[in-house]
Amino acid sequence: MSGVLILEDGTCFPGKVFGYRGNSQGEVVFNTGMVGYQEVITDPSYAGQIVVMTYPLIGNYGVNKGDNEAIKPHVRGFIVRENCSYHNNWQAEDSFENFLAAHSIVGLEGVDTRALTRHLRSRGTMRGIITTSAGLNKQDFSSNGENLVEKVTTKEIRHLPGTGPKLVVMDFGIKESIIKSLISKEFDIYLVPAWTGAKEILGFKPQGVFLSNGPGDPKDVPKSIVTIKELIGKIPVCGICLGHQLIALALGADTYKLKFGHRGVNHPVKDLLTNRVYITSQNHGYAIKEESLPQDVYVTHRNLNDHTIEGIRHKYLPVSSVQYHPEAAPGPEDSAYLFNHFYDLLVG
Amino acid sequence: MPKRQDLNKVMVIGSGPIIIGQAAEFDYAGTQACKALKEEGIKIVLVNSNPATIMTDENIADRIYIEPLNVDTLAKIIAKERPQGIIPGLGGQTGLNLAVELAEQGVLKEYNVELLGTSLEAIKRSEDRDEFKSTMQAIGEPIPESTIITDIKDAYVFKEKVGFPIIVRPAYTLGGTGGGIATNEEELKTIVSLGLKASRIGQVLLEQSVAGWKEIEVEVMRDRADNCIIVCSMENMDPMGIHTGDSIVFAPTQTLTDKEFQMLRTAAIKIIRKLEVEGGCNIQFGLDPQSQNYVVIEVNPRVSRSSALASKATGYPIAKVATKIAIGYTLDEIINPVTGKTSACFEPSIDYVVAKIPRWPFDKFPTANRSLGTQMKATGEVMAIERTIEGALLKAVRSLETGVVGLTIKESGSWTEMELQNKLKEADDERLFAIAEAFRRNWTIKEIKLLTGMDPFFLVKIQNIVAMERRIKEQNLTYDLLISAKRMGFSDEHIAKIKGLTAIEVRKMRQSSNIKPVYKLVDTCAGEFEAETPYYYSTYETENEAQFNYKPKVLVLGSGPIRIGQGIEFDYCSVHAVWALQDAGFNAVIINNNPETVSTDFDTSDRLYFEPLTTEEVMNVIEQEKPLGVIVQFGGQTAINLAGELHQLGVNILGTPVDYIDAAEDREKFEKLMNKLKIPQTQGKTATGVNQVEEIAKELGFPLLVRPSYVLGGRAMKVVYDMHELAQYVESAVEISSKHPILIDKYIKGKEVEVDAIGDGENILIPGIMEHIERAGVHSGDSMAVYPTQTISNKVKEKILAYTEKIGKALRIKGVFNIQFVVAGEEAYVLEVNPRASRTVPIISKITGVPMIKLATRAMLGKSLKEMGYPSGLWPEPDYVVVKAPVFSFEKLSKVDTSLGPEMKSTGEVLGIDYNFAGALYKAITGAGNKFPLQGQALVSLAPKDYEEALPVIKILAKSGFSIVATNSTAQFLKSRGIDVVNTNDPVDLLQKEEVQLVVNTPSQGRSQNSKGFKIRRLSAEYRIPCFTSLDTVEAYLKAIDVAKNNGKLTYNAIQDYLNVDTWARVRAGM
Repeated sequence: MSGVLILEDGTCFPGKVFGYRGNSQGEVVFNTGMVGYQEVITDPSYAGQIVVMTYPLIGNYGVNKGDNEAIKPHVRGFIVRENCSYHNNWQAEDSFENFLAAHSIVGLEGVDTRALTRHLRSRGTMRGIITTSAGLNKQDFSSNGENLVEKVTTKEIRHLPGTGPKLVVMDFGIKESIIKSLISKEFDIYLVPAWTGAKEILGFKPQGVFLSNGPGDPKDVPKSIVTIKELIGKIPVCGICLGHQLIALALGADTYKLKFGHRGVNHPVKDLLTNRVYITSQNHGYAIKEESLPQDVYVTHRNLNDHTIEGIRHKYLPVSSVQYHPEAAPGPEDSAYLFNHFYDLLVG
Repeated sequence: MPKRQDLNKVMVIGSGPIIIGQAAEFDYAGTQACKALKEEGIKIVLVNSNPATIMTDENIADRIYIEPLNVDTLAKIIAKERPQGIIPGLGGQTGLNLAVELAEQGVLKEYNVELLGTSLEAIKRSEDRDEFKSTMQAIGEPIPESTIITDIKDAYVFKEKVGFPIIVRPAYTLGGTGGGIATNEEELKTIVSLGLKASRIGQVLLEQSVAGWKEIEVEVMRDRADNCIIVCSMENMDPMGIHTGDSIVFAPTQTLTDKEFQMLRTAAIKIIRKLEVEGGCNIQFGLDPQSQNYVVIEVNPRVSRSSALASKATGYPIAKVATKIAIGYTLDEIINPVTGKTSACFEPSIDYVVAKIPRWPFDKFPTANRSLGTQMKATGEVMAIERTIEGALLKAVRSLETGVVGLTIKESGSWTEMELQNKLKEADDERLFAIAEAFRRNWTIKEIKLLTGMDPFFLVKIQNIVAMERRIKEQNLTYDLLISAKRMGFSDEHIAKIKGLTAIEVRKMRQSSNIKPVYKLVDTCAGEFEAETPYYYSTYETENEAQFNYKPKVLVLGSGPIRIGQGIEFDYCSVHAVWALQDAGFNAVIINNNPETVSTDFDTSDRLYFEPLTTEEVMNVIEQEKPLGVIVQFGGQTAINLAGELHQLGVNILGTPVDYIDAAEDREKFEKLMNKLKIPQTQGKTATGVNQVEEIAKELGFPLLVRPSYVLGGRAMKVVYDMHELAQYVESAVEISSKHPILIDKYIKGKEVEVDAIGDGENILIPGIMEHIERAGVHSGDSMAVYPTQTISNKVKEKILAYTEKIGKALRIKGVFNIQFVVAGEEAYVLEVNPRASRTVPIISKITGVPMIKLATRAMLGKSLKEMGYPSGLWPEPDYVVVKAPVFSFEKLSKVDTSLGPEMKSTGEVLGIDYNFAGALYKAITGAGNKFPLQGQALVSLAPKDYEEALPVIKILAKSGFSIVATNSTAQFLKSRGIDVVNTNDPVDLLQKEEVQLVVNTPSQGRSQNSKGFKIRRLSAEYRIPCFTSLDTVEAYLKAIDVAKNNGKLTYNAIQDYLNVDTWARVRAGM
């Protein structure tokens, strides 16, 4: 069935609908990873977004449960040059197309994804609709401002018992791999909803608080910023991705929207403390404004391509965060060492 | 850690002649490295024996030594030049081994030369099998069960432990020389004993086989701050068991999940860190298709064929970055030259599929063993870029230029089911076509997977192509079908063939439906950042990124993959044409598909189109770029063959007019022209049917030289001595028809002489005349040649000059041309005229200082020789002597007859330069990698027709210190003429026992594979014993033997020294 992606600036990219057949809209972003489509599609940070994969062949190795980053995918749509009609891998349990269909996710294939990527690169990410019916127009685009975190955060407190120090994890849409990485450090984990207050968190008497990744604009979760503000200074706080941005906001810094974000597995980040460069997995549309950083906070990591801030640390307080994904999945495992740093900081 | 300030002068060692396993990729890497050093203001001392390279150009390096690549020579050059460092990882295995030897023999220490980049210890950790094994074990990286042996007995012990199959790999060799897979005792014995010989250190690794596993390669880079990146991952379609150089390869990996890929990526980084490689390295893994088990197969701590492919596949210049690392930079200090903004310390992401297919020489060697295994057999490769596997694969097949349309070869339909099954099971160069044929016959994926061991993911792509063939056959060619076929990568010709149309008709249909390709950019970053380098590939999608501009531009057609008869020399010519165009104020656009070359480097031309060299794809680029004209003279036969069709389609071919190109190439037209010009030529006729052959033979008389028309490198060319041989040739060797006539020439036994000349439409400049050492009948590419001529009289030279001028003027040559003459008595007969650059253009350019391609290009653009400041006539000859020697790869091609003849067999060439003939000869012979035994036993086995002629040669051989052993009848003859000779019944045994140091064997007419002569020649190749099949070569050898005995007389000068004191002084003095 033929379909089309209509962008909010009116540009159309025709293709063929696969997976779930229907209409869908969201913010259109591109990801440059050449493998790892299953991890991307199940990463809750992509909630509300339509993801364009720049690598043209998607679905080659099917899907398997072990590679999911959440129980179900949260993307709104998936756009590819070619949906692989025949997959093969010893771990594969199903085809990518069936997976999309089963989770009611609209796929669009046969698209000139490079043209679309270049369009988004030069004009910035924007909203778009995948549709099978002609005659849609601008009015059909819903406005921004939906609370995406609310949709992906855990609805109830989950206890993941461990033999190590007690850790509260504020879930803004956490990836399975981050949980696994924390479990591997033997933390005794309490995973709490994003709206959990500081008092309640401190009530667990944890040795530290970890702020997860998550979708959207950090300023869309003002309550959590207040919570984090209250926690800082009382207890060690670490964060990844959205968690990193929330820490910055809580410390009084500002964030801004990147033109087309960082989504891929090849971004070079320099650890300014060691001068070593790591290739990192990234997925974010916002970044910390450098000039807004308070004096007590310093930059620990920097992106070598656009020099944006990739990590910060408080000079006196046990507060530290990174913008990228040390848990990888998908992407390089180079930064796994950061979980040791987090451990040391959280445990003191 | 920025650039080191203490380095002013660095030595770069090239990889020497093109051989199987070491092709143009090291000229590409070396040239890129030199440019990187130059950027930093570092002076470069360049040593390479291969004159056809770009790295040995004046504008690439500062001091150029075209000298044999051995420790003695390098030591002398080091003593003279006193470089501060050597970068060992640029000249392939040859360069790496030499650097190690220089270090081990104390030369580097003596002259205080530092190994830059990867250290000696690191090289040893990766190259020495024992050290590698213990290093891998120390970091817990799995490797196959293996053992290192220096004695065959230990092979049997190992076999008891792991069973068959067992992989045999000799240490310190390239392209898997001497390796193989043994499946039984007999094979184990043979392969191991050969492997022990091939290894520089007499070491062989025996390894448990993981044949059938996925073969994955990664290119990793590391700097001294321990930053690591993966530049590219590649997946072989052929599973483990076939040498990666002989495998069809895709980039990036296709069938690995992120977890699997990251597992290997993490392992690769762990390995490069432990080995402490500084620069680039290639790591090969075997991955079990049914689990997460993997093994590390091999690490190459240097740039390689794979790194060249990875560079072209991603746009990331590995050699350049490796060089910067070697002189002190860290990755984060280097800017990605493709984007011009972002960091080189990142991992390229690509948004297309890259396919590589090897180019095998079996079209030249019909008798060769075509089966593929751990020993590489391909001479070159092609790369194709598309947005699908199917498209990349089909483009790559077109780029091979083997005359194959789609995935069907001539034999496909006639294979029996049993043959087909064998072809799928036992890999050879035709397996891809066998898979397609199996799908055409409705074999299932499961069946084909079982036989080939290939991942069904790839098989399905081939099945898709076959299904599309079927659709085109069965359905009307609607817009939808046509665009689907184009998007899948079908060529117009392919569609036309299925539909019974012509390619031009399909083209017209396409054009009327506005179905045309768009061009997309190779940018290292999948579109995430803007890129500056104009490197394009075609696809059938919507957005065209190649913006049209109105700059005056010229299109240069490249020469495709390296193959026998068409080597790196044409890349030299193409690149020089680009430079000449740019100098003259034009934009240069290039089309080529060989990933190993300088011409396809991202910063060589103003625009690079990585495309097959077919009429369709060239026309598409022409329509896109609208160049003022197209240059076809520099891309070998590949480009010249396109001239006619392009001309018919209205394209402006620059230089010599197309009608005159045709007049030179068309036998009859050419003969008429020669008659008109009263230039003597060898008598010859064209036969268009079998019935004419006998008649012509009777008329001309034997011996005859027979060959098909329009050939390159003497394919299927032969000297026949009687009617029986002629009949056999016509039956077996060629197809004969009015469209494909065969040429029959009277064979004149004489000296062959070769002329390269430039015409501007009016005047002709002959930079040099080369004389062949071997007589006519040995292909010019396979004969040694000397410049200036040594035995040609002035009278004959004047005739040659006069004929060349006459022909050049008559053919309205604008650009370069090459004429081959045979000189008998005081007459020169024209053998053939090539209206294009020849193999010897780089040589003549370098040794005379006449920039031939530059002059030719400017002549095409309308400048006269006079305007360019060059005279006409013969360029003054120097007082130094240059000898070119061919280099063969026989030890890699079993069952190929090594005897010289009219059919070209060499893969590369070297040059020897000195102030006398003997010195130059000696350098050429040793530079070609031949041993130069000075004494011992010489085995002589001659064809009776050569007895008398051989006598004086054998006498000198005996006098020079060789004892003569001869086969029965040869021995009888030699004895009867008073030569002290031992008779042997079993020359094969002597060779196997290594009791022979040198072989003289002239083949009898039959050249059967079962003949004793054939066995002698093959064994000599395998045991690396010098074997002469032409008496002229033996004579040359004997002339050089005095120099060999006392090589203190040799001169080691840079090319600049020769030119400065000689030619230029004279030129400036007005000659």
